[in-house]
Amino acid sequence: MTVTAVVEDSRPVGRSLTANRLPKWAPAAVAVGSIALGCGIGAAAGLASHLQWGLLSAALFLLISYGLSARVEGRRQAKDRFATSVVWVAFILAVVPLVALTVYTVQQGMDVVNGNFLSHSMKGVLQSGPGGGIYHALIGTLEQVGLATAIAAPIGLLTAVYLVEYGRGKLAKAVTFFVDVMTGIPSIVAGLFILSVWNLALGFGYSGFSGSLALAILMMPVVVRSTEEMLKLVPNELREASYALGVPKWKTILRIVLPTAIGGITTGVMLAVARITGETAPVMMLVFGADYINNNPFDGPQQSLPMYIWTQYSQVNNDFGYARAWGAALVLIAFVMGLNLVARGIARWRSPKSGH
Amino acid sequence: MAKRIDVSGLSAFYGTTKAIEDISMSIEPRSVTAFIGPSGCGKSTFLRTLNRMHEVIPNARVEGKVLLDDENLYAANVDPVAVRRSIGMVFQRPNPFPTMSIYDNVIAGLRLAGVKKKSVLDDVVERSLKGANLWNEVHTRLNKPGAGLSGGQQQRLCIARAIAVEPEVLLMDEPCSALDPISTLAIEDLIGELKSQFTIVIVTHNMQQAARVSDRTAFFNLAGVGQPGKLIELDDTQRIFSNPSVQATEDYISGRFG
Repeated sequence: MTVTAVVEDSRPVGRSLTANRLPKWAPAAVAVGSIALGCGIGAAAGLASHLQWGLLSAALFLLISYGLSARVEGRRQAKDRFATSVVWVAFILAVVPLVALTVYTVQQGMDVVNGNFLSHSMKGVLQSGPGGGIYHALIGTLEQVGLATAIAAPIGLLTAVYLVEYGRGKLAKAVTFFVDVMTGIPSIVAGLFILSVWNLALGFGYSGFSGSLALAILMMPVVVRSTEEMLKLVPNELREASYALGVPKWKTILRIVLPTAIGGITTGVMLAVARITGETAPVMMLVFGADYINNNPFDGPQQSLPMYIWTQYSQVNNDFGYARAWGAALVLIAFVMGLNLVARGIARWRSPKSGH
Repeated sequence: MAKRIDVSGLSAFYGTTKAIEDISMSIEPRSVTAFIGPSGCGKSTFLRTLNRMHEVIPNARVEGKVLLDDENLYAANVDPVAVRRSIGMVFQRPNPFPTMSIYDNVIAGLRLAGVKKKSVLDDVVERSLKGANLWNEVHTRLNKPGAGLSGGQQQRLCIARAIAVEPEVLLMDEPCSALDPISTLAIEDLIGELKSQFTIVIVTHNMQQAARVSDRTAFFNLAGVGQPGKLIELDDTQRIFSNPSVQATEDYISGRFG
């Protein structure tokens, strides 16, 4: 009894459940206000960089929303507003470079990319002049990435199945360890490894396939990791339900576990593909680069999009080269984005359904 | 079709921990046997040793004998997959396969065993769903996902899936613990119907349920935390609930502990 009495007494008398609140549009208004103020101060102080204007606005936004809220709503609400504002500012700081990069690439590349650019190689095109295209690089990238995926995806998938469904003891630990180590391999090291083993020790020449081997090394750990996580998400109850029906383990994995996780697995593989599509270093070392169309990835130098961009930018090194580099960059970004969209589509299409 | 089970001297382990010790009992065909007892006494573990599901857990192992009619399930050359085909199982939480429709869920066991003929599968689906009292509710939407059904319907779907492979024995691990009273009643009625064809073993925490559905009841108990569970007694349900021969059983069912 005494305890409850004390608790009741300690409650301040006459505290209301309502308090002053800022209107719903307040954060937006503060944002607009601080951007205007930030730009104003920036212009007045003669700050050259728009980046400085933006940072000034962000700082003003944080200060004003805290101060305003503290005056009207009280300290606790002000802290809440401050934390929310920090999250917003961080979000915008993260998005700005991404959007800027995309917009700038589209601006620079738009005029270059056309039917001619996509369907012609650089063979016989003067480097100091206009014209030419990326057809040979596009073919090269598609073939190299396709071959790398054909090697790395099945191996990675089966490794993940081993680790999740069968792996026990030392071997599984060792495999996990090496997969982790492989995730951190710099692409140039993978390239050097293939160069020394495949090209120098075994004596094969430059080829798209040689590049694919290095790309496969880079892709494999990513596939293993993402597939492993997806397989772990499949509830054990489903496996047990299948065993209890008298279904053998391998069939349970093939028909129950993998289909349940296939959406996530596909997304993981697609993201790994997107990652290796932009690799330049191993391609430079192993595929060598070419100006002409080489449809055979197993024989002779090929070209690839990232390497084409590098060549046009740093080797050709004039306005026509820059323009071609931007065009290729735009195609590369579009290609990767397309892969991402396909992955999302597959993930949504194949994910387990609960609807009616 | 239904077969009897004779267990003798059975112990089960998780790694080095002994979960149940020296259990011997007979389970009659075409009857319902209920397992009751406090949490952690090894009822579910024992149930899972009856169709060799116990060993699915890493480092788990079993000692002793389980005879299905006259075949020892733990003999050296017995294939656990074949064992599970003749001894089906229904789990605590409904677990329909999320990627499959209602139809595909029911025939999952058969299709994965290689049965392809559409007419056979159609028959099995209708017979199993009718057997599980679910046909009337779902026969217009067999191609909809199984995960879209209510909890009670999902559990009956799982029962339909289990009886579709025509097992001799049906093991049920607290099949009603995640369901509301109405769904529970539906499943209890179903158990009453199924026992004409199958040998049924059911683990339950609900003593009224054991009294309602079972012919014989086994009481399990453990001496203390960390001690292995043991079978205290197995007798006709009526006798267990009115005049048990062991004091611990009476204490448990009258609510004095557990």
